[in-house]
Amino acid sequence: MKAKHQRLILALAALAAIIGAGLLAVSALKDEAAYFYAPNDVKTKGVEPGKAIRLGGMVVKGSLKRAANGVTIRFDVTDGKATVPATFSGIAPDLFKEGSGVVAEGAFDGKGTFVATNLLAKHDERYMPRELEGMSYNETTHEMKAER
Amino acid sequence: MHRFANPARFLKIARPLTGWLFWPGLALLLIGAACGLFVTPADYLQGETVRILYIHVPAAWLGMGGWTGIAIAALMQLVWRHPLAAVAGRAIAAPGALFTAICLMTGSIWGRPTWGTWWEWDGRMTSMLVLLFLYLGYIALANASARQGQTVGQGGVSNVTAIFGLVGAVNIPIINRSVVWWNSLHQGPSITLRGSSIDGSLLWPLGLTLLGFSLWFGAIVLIRMRAILAQNKVEARMQRLARG
Repeated sequence: MKAKHQRLILALAALAAIIGAGLLAVSALKDEAAYFYAPNDVKTKGVEPGKAIRLGGMVVKGSLKRAANGVTIRFDVTDGKATVPATFSGIAPDLFKEGSGVVAEGAFDGKGTFVATNLLAKHDERYMPRELEGMSYNETTHEMKAER
Repeated sequence: MHRFANPARFLKIARPLTGWLFWPGLALLLIGAACGLFVTPADYLQGETVRILYIHVPAAWLGMGGWTGIAIAALMQLVWRHPLAAVAGRAIAAPGALFTAICLMTGSIWGRPTWGTWWEWDGRMTSMLVLLFLYLGYIALANASARQGQTVGQGGVSNVTAIFGLVGAVNIPIINRSVVWWNSLHQGPSITLRGSSIDGSLLWPLGLTLLGFSLWFGAIVLIRMRAILAQNKVEARMQRLARG
């Protein structure tokens, strides 16, 4: 075996070992590195009240209500499997709206309502001109269809 | 590949190629950026803010592509002892780091009006910041090994530096998959093998800036490779003179 081939095998073996170690680390991090809890995670794993977390999901259409004091809003966050009510007092980002993504920082109160101290808007991977707004979108095929 | 082991033969091709990459690349990226600023429609949700896409995406692509290049060069240096591999690795590092920094900065500027934050520690942003630190580490290692003269005949990158370049490549698939594996604030991939979720009317200038920045990146790498080769030549001559 030529020295060149020895080095090639050594390098490839080392590379495979490194990638294996990286994948192991990443899979171990899978839950810990999640940036937010989805409502279903909250339901299945349970989050104790008062623990500071981020809650992420979609704002349920028709759930956004403004309280009488004008600065507090109430809305429901869903991931399709579970829904969690949330409140927030303050200025929400421009992209925060019903039917759109949100990441809320805060904690649950004793009654199961998420009290957010900060709101971040999460948008999806679609970009399109305004004329196409409101068309329904198939996430797996990226196809757009006019809604009827 | 070993045809180019002779620097003179490499330079004969690299010299004219530099211009052929530099000027068309510059033209394409300027046209693409201008079209992205003035021709394409605004996004339905983000409005005019979406136009930063035409810089942000090519910067991310070249930041990650640059490290992939470093890893390939490192493999060629360690296995085949190709004399130009180390020169290429060192030449890629600085523009790679620059584009990674541009990606992070444009992302931060984009995040403020859309997400409502300059910076969050989500998987995509954190792994991209790690890439920038990897670049800085690689540059420091390469410079130190070049100064200490451990690398005669290797164009100024020690084997340790090359191994670092190879190990760091683990981060590239992690960056790519970070938005799929973990919940993240950053949205999922728009352009996949199945197609693009960016509408065609917004997508086409991205093709121009992607190609333009890539050609330009190639030109910068060639310019830096030529500079490093020239510097090596000067240093070798100085050493011969000093010895008398």
